[in-house]
Amino acid sequence: MIRIENVSHHIGPAPILHGIDLTLPPNSVTALIGPNGAGKSTLLNLIGRLIPLQEGRISVDGNDVTATPSRQLAKVMAILGQTNHAGSRLRVRELVAFGRWPHHLGRARPEDQAAVEAALAQFDLAGLAERFLDEVSGGQRQRAFLAMCIAQDTDWLLLDEPLNNLDMAHARALMARLHGLRNAGRGIVVVVHEVNYAAAWADHVVALEGGRVVAQGTPHQVLTPEVLGQLYDMEIRVTELDGRPLILHHV
Amino acid sequence: MDRRLAVIALVLLAASATYLLWGIGANWRFVLGLRASKLAGMLVVGASIAVATILFQTVSQNRILTPAIMGFDALYVLLQTALVAGLGVTGFAMLPVGAKFAAEVAVMAVAAMALFGLLLGRGAQDIARMILTGVILGILFRSLAGFLARVMDPNAFAIVQTESFASFSRIDGALLPWAAGAAVLAMLAAFRLCSRLDVIALGRPVAVSLGLRYEAMTFAALALVAVLVSVSTALVGPVTFFGLIVSGLAHSLIASARHALLLPAAALIGGAILVIGQLVFERVLGMQSALSVVVEFTGGLFFLWLLLKGRIR
Repeated sequence: MIRIENVSHHIGPAPILHGIDLTLPPNSVTALIGPNGAGKSTLLNLIGRLIPLQEGRISVDGNDVTATPSRQLAKVMAILGQTNHAGSRLRVRELVAFGRWPHHLGRARPEDQAAVEAALAQFDLAGLAERFLDEVSGGQRQRAFLAMCIAQDTDWLLLDEPLNNLDMAHARALMARLHGLRNAGRGIVVVVHEVNYAAAWADHVVALEGGRVVAQGTPHQVLTPEVLGQLYDMEIRVTELDGRPLILHHV
Repeated sequence: MDRRLAVIALVLLAASATYLLWGIGANWRFVLGLRASKLAGMLVVGASIAVATILFQTVSQNRILTPAIMGFDALYVLLQTALVAGLGVTGFAMLPVGAKFAAEVAVMAVAAMALFGLLLGRGAQDIARMILTGVILGILFRSLAGFLARVMDPNAFAIVQTESFASFSRIDGALLPWAAGAAVLAMLAAFRLCSRLDVIALGRPVAVSLGLRYEAMTFAALALVAVLVSVSTALVGPVTFFGLIVSGLAHSLIASARHALLLPAAALIGGAILVIGQLVFERVLGMQSALSVVVEFTGGLFFLWLLLKGRIR
């Protein structure tokens, strides 16, 4: 379980988050939604210790993110940021192999190589494994970074807009894979902009606006015309399909 | 062992043997001793600059930066000038070589961590700001050293001048064991950190997610850079572009981001270029110029080529 207690954050003079109190359940897919600038990425990066915590406390499965050694946290959670680029010129397989680094610290064992091959296969990357990252498309690169996170084999996955650059088929495949990981006992937190992915795959939805949590609960509780209308400041029709909300925000 | 590494090692070995044995006369004992010490100096300098440059480029995530462009060796020259100005010529000459060098290396490491650590600590997100700050710091150090040199007496200035111009023929025999020892220790430390350097090269977000202590690693790498730059600057003076050529060659030859290959390759290439360059100068050109001039010239052209090709990453 991820516990977020009274977390506030500023960047310069601008307040980004205001006293967030939140518990993210294990064993489920949690979607963070909200308009641009709501503080979703900041919250995710704070959980993933990518930016230092200014105020409040965050713990992941009992590990306080500021007090626990980073290497130990790397075995508990993997985080993928919004914009990804590797500093060095790497092949796809080399990048994915870095996902195993927290486990072997530079001396890859046979089981690490097996995990890398499995992650490559899962993300449809086996044929691209020897290509350089700057020679593949944006969506393929995004999949390589996702495969690296999966190869890290952690109980928690924090993904900031993982659907960026992915085509329909790969986007749905990714959500289905995350759902499968959740069935295998993992906790997954994703920032998504397309609320229909949250509606179709999430167990828990948290809506942020202006640095505050404005609603949380099951997709049926949060993805309503009232909440979404207030959140995005527009009129939105919501129907239902196969027992899940279907948001008609584009018409 | 990697085949490419073996080839570079063979080239270096052949160059070194040629350097030692070419035209050796009847007085071979004396000549050999003289050449061996010079060869050792060149190897230490070449490898130090090479490893320092790769480390710095990894930490700054930038392929056209070198510690020299960012003012590392200017800092060393400033330190030397301040010492001469403070202690006077006699005082400076009286300092025990080993202790003086050790103290200088320590001061360099601390200063480099303070200055460049602050610059890089936040993950160097603003590359342009970092480069500008580094270049300005370099100019500041050079100007301060120049200012000190202007106000000191002419005898002291003569000493400073020999310290602040690159020359491969004035390698100090007394300093060499100390410098070589420091360089070897720093390089061993760098090789031990290979796998962490691979991770740091991925950039801050990914490295932190993988559990690397990013800030601590940045500081450690900068401290090693400071030690290696002190070694090379103390032995031959500042050579701005040499590291750039070596790292460029190492990257294109190895074509992999693995530091376990990159660092030894760069170290070997650094040594080989210096030895071959010196051979050409002594034997072919009859000592008509200075190696450092040609190194700077080709290095500058290479730098421009990198800029024009847009390989600023």
